[in-house]
Amino acid sequence: MADDEQRIGAIVGEVSDADPAFNPRSEPRLPAIPGQVPSVAAGQLHAPVPAVGHHDVIDDAIENPVFVTKGLSVSYGSSPAIVDVSLRVPEKQITALIGPSGCGKSTIIRCFNRMNDLIPAARVEGLVSYHGVDLYGDQIDSVQVRKRIGMVFQKPNPFPKSIYDNVAFGPKVLGMKGSMDQIVEQALRRASLWDEVKDRLKDNAFGMSGGQQQRLCIARALATNPDVLLMDEPCSALDPISTGRIEDLMHELKETVSIVIVTHNMQQAARVSDRTAFFIVDMGSSDEARIGRLVEYGPTDRIFTNPHDTRTEEYVSGKFG
Amino acid sequence: MTTAQAKPVIEVLGVPPAGQRLRDSLFVLILVALTSVALIVLAVLLIDTGIDGIPQLSWSFLTSFPSAFPEKAGIESAITGTLWLMAVVSFVIVPLGVASAIYLEEYADRNRWWNRLIEVNIQNLAAVPSIVYGILGLAYIVRGPLSLGRTVLAGGLTLALVVLPVVIITGREALRAVPPSIKEGALALGATRWQAIWRQTLPGSIPGIATGVILSISRAIGETAPLILVGAATFVAFNPTGLDSPFTALPLQIFSWVSQPNDQFRMLAAAAIIVLLVILIILNAAAIRLRNRYQQRW
Repeated sequence: MADDEQRIGAIVGEVSDADPAFNPRSEPRLPAIPGQVPSVAAGQLHAPVPAVGHHDVIDDAIENPVFVTKGLSVSYGSSPAIVDVSLRVPEKQITALIGPSGCGKSTIIRCFNRMNDLIPAARVEGLVSYHGVDLYGDQIDSVQVRKRIGMVFQKPNPFPKSIYDNVAFGPKVLGMKGSMDQIVEQALRRASLWDEVKDRLKDNAFGMSGGQQQRLCIARALATNPDVLLMDEPCSALDPISTGRIEDLMHELKETVSIVIVTHNMQQAARVSDRTAFFIVDMGSSDEARIGRLVEYGPTDRIFTNPHDTRTEEYVSGKFG
Repeated sequence: MTTAQAKPVIEVLGVPPAGQRLRDSLFVLILVALTSVALIVLAVLLIDTGIDGIPQLSWSFLTSFPSAFPEKAGIESAITGTLWLMAVVSFVIVPLGVASAIYLEEYADRNRWWNRLIEVNIQNLAAVPSIVYGILGLAYIVRGPLSLGRTVLAGGLTLALVVLPVVIITGREALRAVPPSIKEGALALGATRWQAIWRQTLPGSIPGIATGVILSISRAIGETAPLILVGAATFVAFNPTGLDSPFTALPLQIFSWVSQPNDQFRMLAAAAIIVLLVILIILNAAAIRLRNRYQQRW
């Protein structure tokens, strides 16, 4: 672990967000394959110029951001999923990504821990930086990235093992030192699951309720002491009571970790998040060409009470989506 | 709310026309008849074998070596030979089959032509007649580069080649049956690809892999043709003493006795068939039990 910190520390500063001369990389990271280039003309790639000033719509004046994206575009094969997303994610706060289905919210969150690497056809262009370090830089190892940036998935995905072994898996593969019992207990306490499961740690995790399984997945992610927790629609498969417990948990957790949550549920975004990014899906000429774009980003209060873009207003007031 | 003009409900919901019901039952009848053809043939074979073989079964039959005199002949060397073959086959197919399955399922990039070539070849190899493997074994294992001679090891390796494609294919299916979300969960925790496969995907697929291995072994011990070609002896009056020992096996002993003119020997062949069937049933039952017991409900 010490080595990683030194290594990441050494390349901090390579990309400075404060530097006004910084240009987001415009070159694709992978050589473009002829014929596979998005069939959208370059001029169309940018969202229509909003009626209000750019800084009113994308309000990301944040000190010490955890993540910064600049001109981030992701495409799967020849079809672009999201185009030109630039935003800054604050530290120790909850940032919600909302928008209709297919707008690329999950695609973005999967750039933050390089889970998109698992999809061979996925191509990431533009910059994603984590504490000032280009996450897609040459020296960066995706495995090291995921050790610091935990993730909770849409459907609870506990391992087919005991509750204890589920939580202990991360610390074991990372070779964490110290008493495993303590690490497991601490993680389960942080996920406010300890009291419910302390007497059945050896039971199979599949015997838990859906909400408990999801909190187990959160405990599992917390066991490795990540700096960030990415949550990809963590409550969409849960009942309202389980959802409420996870939302309470998120409020407790943001003392110690930064959280990025993707959600379909606008009320959830309004309840839990400090900042909200609203995405929209542009239907292209054909059905396959669904392109996600960032429309508006700012403090959650403002997004919900005083949206500057009419599309945001229509969405948060329930007129579409 | 019923009106006078409407048909009574009983006429609408009631009995369908007679012709429709007849066609329905006729169809079921045909299906049952066709299914029973296979079952009847199997039953006749089993009963016939049982009538011939059961009277011959005795402890001394299981513990005697082949003999020129039917009343003294037994299958001890054939049983031990078959057990040796099973051991060799399992030692070969488990590591080779699991490793190949993991490579093809988890690592191989299907955009590369050689990976597609390997895939297509393995599927085709599963359909190659076992006698072809016998020729291969004779040319390359018994003689040629390996020159192992007519030994247990040569026979076991040849049989392992026969069933290896099936082990790889069932292994891949077992790996594929583990939901990708499990592997994603492990990777998201900072596990390397290998850690995710070794600690999550592979353990989750072990029941499926084991089922495939057991069924493959049971197929291997019933094979006769490759063993004839690699030159296993049919008259071996001692148990194999090691991998380099000459051997015989149950199907070979059966084949040898069936081709004898003496009727007594055919009775012995029937008895040996019963022994072989019992071993196969035990193996298959173990496979089914394993599959049912450890089947994951993801």
